[in-house]
Amino acid sequence: MKVAVLKGGRSLEREVSLRSAARVEDALGEAGHEAIGIDVGRDLVGRLREQHSDVVFIALHGPGGEDGTVQELLEILDLPYTGPGVAACALCMDKVAAKHEMRGADIPTPDWAAFNATAFRELGAADTLEEIEARLGFPLVIKPASQGSSLGVEFAATREEVPEALLAAFSYDDRVLLERYVKGRELAVSVLSGDPLPIVEAIPREEDFFNFEARYEIGRTDYVCPAELAEDETRRVQELATRTYEALGCTGFARVDLMLGGDGPQMLEVNAIPGLTDTSLFPMAAEAAGIDFTELVERILASARERPASEATLPA
Amino acid sequence: LPTGQAPFGNTVAMTEPGKRDLGRPDDASAPPRRRRAHTTSRDLERYAGLFAKRTQVMRSSAMRDLMAITARPEVISLAGGLPDTSTFPAESFAAQMTRIAHESSAEALQYGPTEGFEETKDCIVEVMGAEGMAPDPDDLIVTTGGQQAIDLITKTLVDPGDPVVCEAPTYPGAVPTFSSYEADVHQVRTDLDGMRIDELEELLAQLARDGRRPKFIYSVPSFQNPAGVTLSLERRRRLVELAREHEVLVVEDNPYGLLRYDGDPQPTLYSLDGGDYVLYLGTLSKILSPGIRIGWVAAPPPVLEKIGLGKQAADLCTSTLSQYFVREYFGEGRWREYIADLVRIYRDRRDAMLEALERHFPEQAEWTRPEGGLFLWATLPDYIDTTDLLAKALRDNVAFVPGRAAYVDGRGASSMRLNFSASDDEELREGIRRIGKVVSEQIGLYETITSEHRITPPPDEGDDPGGEVVPLPKR
Repeated sequence: MKVAVLKGGRSLEREVSLRSAARVEDALGEAGHEAIGIDVGRDLVGRLREQHSDVVFIALHGPGGEDGTVQELLEILDLPYTGPGVAACALCMDKVAAKHEMRGADIPTPDWAAFNATAFRELGAADTLEEIEARLGFPLVIKPASQGSSLGVEFAATREEVPEALLAAFSYDDRVLLERYVKGRELAVSVLSGDPLPIVEAIPREEDFFNFEARYEIGRTDYVCPAELAEDETRRVQELATRTYEALGCTGFARVDLMLGGDGPQMLEVNAIPGLTDTSLFPMAAEAAGIDFTELVERILASARERPASEATLPA
Repeated sequence: LPTGQAPFGNTVAMTEPGKRDLGRPDDASAPPRRRRAHTTSRDLERYAGLFAKRTQVMRSSAMRDLMAITARPEVISLAGGLPDTSTFPAESFAAQMTRIAHESSAEALQYGPTEGFEETKDCIVEVMGAEGMAPDPDDLIVTTGGQQAIDLITKTLVDPGDPVVCEAPTYPGAVPTFSSYEADVHQVRTDLDGMRIDELEELLAQLARDGRRPKFIYSVPSFQNPAGVTLSLERRRRLVELAREHEVLVVEDNPYGLLRYDGDPQPTLYSLDGGDYVLYLGTLSKILSPGIRIGWVAAPPPVLEKIGLGKQAADLCTSTLSQYFVREYFGEGRWREYIADLVRIYRDRRDAMLEALERHFPEQAEWTRPEGGLFLWATLPDYIDTTDLLAKALRDNVAFVPGRAAYVDGRGASSMRLNFSASDDEELREGIRRIGKVVSEQIGLYETITSEHRITPPPDEGDDPGGEVVPLPKR
């Protein structure tokens, strides 16, 4: 099969995307496919039209590639692609919309409040911070509504730290959310075509737990897969994660991140296109299930959504 | 080669990983290029266990990801540290290289002496002479760029845990070098007259009380990278005295000394000291080309000997071809004119940047006004983290180096380094306008958040809207 691999682009997660794609391209070659890497830019549509790929493997992370934008284009071009569809991608990328959806489906997610910068500038939103702080307590997690990685995620231990944390989060997105901090174990459930893979637990090695950057560097965080959990707990977490995946309308594959605290699992977010690099959690989970990377890529490819020709289809 | 990454030091992104594919299918005869596939997480764990402790000192991943985007063509990057090599006449380059090929092909393609050719040293003596120094050629060793000189000196002098003193902020490219030899880095604050020598004295006294002595004091005294400030004459004298009193070496890194746009030249530490306690690092990177990788060290013979052994272990010798080129270039005798050209160009660019800062940066920002070199240093209110700000700036297609890169201890978070040598006037103005806009937005947002968050009574109409922020003096 001729497979276009979309990568790079100009999201802040460009580097990760390039690494994911490099690995995917190799695996595709290994499996006998013809992989054509496309660094996403202005010429994307033109290149896709020229290439007549059978299917498009989306290895993009962050806004633009993971939020439904590229998926929408592929729908219009009538090209089958990997991963969740337009609506699911848009929901997953918007952490606030995703949390509302979870609430609606009775899926536990930490309490939150969300604002855009305009609310602060024009509507006096800062006036409500006191109530929010009282309701959510400290430490408080403050994060941009739409970044896929840990960029811009801040902890505020006290009231005094809130304004700076907000400002930092607003650097990455015009909307931020303040979320109750859940103390507990950090888990990730990779879901492949609706089936949960073994759970990965991230255990920061450093005493400074509130350092998100450390979590993505080899040697600064330990990953355990399968996570050491009682059998019924594993099942419960996997079942909830799968429900979350379904509630957000995911197809193909996605990764659900959650905290396992005293009150049970609390879902944080869903990554519509999780990283596929050497150090990424999804391939680690697949490996633990006996699925090597080539097979994983094959399975993702097989799940590529065949979409019906829509009215919007343009001549190729 | 580093791929896809423009470190905040002085290098360019060579190849974007994604671009490697281009042209691959055309060359049917070549075996397909392959990346190693299937590194498993277990493999990674295995390697992680093998890495030396010193490899752990690495830049934050957030900054790495952000810096990767600064290399995109649509981004106006004020983040680099590049001289403008497009100003070098291509015809002369062609003639010089042709002459080398015709007259000394075999020699130019051969190994050379570890310490460098005598002819190269003669050129170096000329360059140092232009700043009032007259070194003995035997006190020189030619290195692969100034960066290797920093590496070799640290390798020669520093055992793990040894104190090393440098400026705060310091040259970002020196930080990984010091870290990789596990130096205990102490940073002394700088002001508009360069390193605060009174604080240096205190630090030396404090270390002495603990029975410790720094192996060396690293300084870029002229048009410092990143701050753009120059050490005053009085402080230069005092620094050299202190070095003698405490028997501590000073490493004077002077890549920009000849790029002075106004004010009077200052004597180098090396000339004030006479070369006893001052090791001098020079480079042709900023006055000729960084691509030829030619730098040097001037040091007392015993130190030089050890550095030479270190160089032998590192790379045997500096590129012979580059040294032949240097000989040709200096032989033509126009090197001073070329520097004069650069000075004219960079002076205009510096002025354009300063004008734009005046116009587009909010009053809460302050910045240095360098008399030479390639950089200036801007500082914002302390609630703004410039690493986060870079993410916002990149949405507007403009980039700078976050200040944290110039510190070993997380300070510098609200500062940024701005480069004015690598962009033309128009790009500089537009770049500064865009940065000014995102800074103003963040300041406005912070003021809105804090004024109401503190539940203070709203200020009366017409009151100073920046009342919550202590305005910093403009320089």
